Amino acid sequence: MDNFLVTYSLHLADNVLIIAQRNAEWCGHGPILEQDIAITNISLDLLGQSRNFYQYAANLMSNGATEDSLAYLRTEREFKNCLLAEQPNGDWAQTILRQFFFSTYQYLLYEKLQHSTDEQLAAIAAKALKEVTYHRRWSSEWVIRLGDGTEESHQRMLHAIDELWRYTGEMFLPADYEIAAGFDVALLKDEWFKKVTAVFEEATLPVPEKTFMQTGGKTGIHTEHLGFILTDLQYLQRTYPGAEW
Amino acid sequence: MVTASTIQTKKIWEILDQVTDPEVPVLTITDLGIVRNVKLNGDEVEVIITPTYTGCPAMDMIAMNIKLALIENGYSKVKITSVLAPAWTTDWMTEDGKRKLKAYGIAPPHLTTRSDDPSDRMIECPQCNSTNTKCISEFGSTACKALYQCNDCKEPFDYFKCH
Repeated sequence: MDNFLVTYSLHLADNVLIIAQRNAEWCGHGPILEQDIAITNISLDLLGQSRNFYQYAANLMSNGATEDSLAYLRTEREFKNCLLAEQPNGDWAQTILRQFFFSTYQYLLYEKLQHSTDEQLAAIAAKALKEVTYHRRWSSEWVIRLGDGTEESHQRMLHAIDELWRYTGEMFLPADYEIAAGFDVALLKDEWFKKVTAVFEEATLPVPEKTFMQTGGKTGIHTEHLGFILTDLQYLQRTYPGAEW
Repeated sequence: MVTASTIQTKKIWEILDQVTDPEVPVLTITDLGIVRNVKLNGDEVEVIITPTYTGCPAMDMIAMNIKLALIENGYSKVKITSVLAPAWTTDWMTEDGKRKLKAYGIAPPHLTTRSDDPSDRMIECPQCNSTNTKCISEFGSTACKALYQCNDCKEPFDYFKCH
């Protein structure tokens, strides 16, 4: 068993599980019905992707771990998701921007991952890429609609950029398990920046100057938010271990 | 050459032709192209399936329904294997499946676009056949559908996304 491959799979799984959980918080609270359905659809796609990665990690570990034990019974420090994924929903602008940053990254990553020599990771990525294409288009359209919308929506996007930009750098700082698994995410950075800049220009939004970037999530050092997410997410299995229906 | 096992495999495919998608009950799993292969390993039947969408909650139920259908028909040892590659595509949906979808009120997957914008497709209204329709949302009531409305008869309808 390659240990780095397990950690890498968990990192990929945690990223999508945590942002799926965040998006699911919108369920029943979306600004209009169609968008409530859209954000929860995206959440479901991402949850499905996380199941695939967790199943693969559990399979590699072959120590009795299951997709459920990996999602429900690991502690905060064991989660290897990027800080961006765990940031609060804020208003609709903030949720949209988080999804846009993440989907743009995910698209570039899966494009590479689908050609991995690891057959299972390649298969999961190739499958997920079709879904991420929709997420990226949807979130780009919303960034443009809000940025180039009313004075109010423009202000809200500026605020969202202010809140989230500092968490984008971490995605392209490779952790040791990413390097060991052969995926140098640093190589995606320029393309990501180009894509984001193009959408921001259309949205009449400024691209922030180089600034300090927060890091730590990929090695298990999280913002305070992850603990609260896990409390919610893991409540049932922690309170009633092994509960099923 | 027709062997006992090819006859056996044909019988199994016929049983699978009866298993429907729980979310779109007008379609069978073979119409959808979910069943990729059927193998006989001694007295065990192995059915190889592939999910339509990664997070589709119907997949677990489909796997269970396949098992039940085969058990009812006397196959006691059934194994369901889920594979991801090659990734499922709407191209695998049968023509018969597309016809049934439309009759059910869901516009079948369609590739022709009016412009470079992939969301700007010429989707036919399943009620009045007009192509004067608009996309309301690219995400619909299930992972596989988008929401459309007909500009002529004004009916809202589901469109099975091209994938």
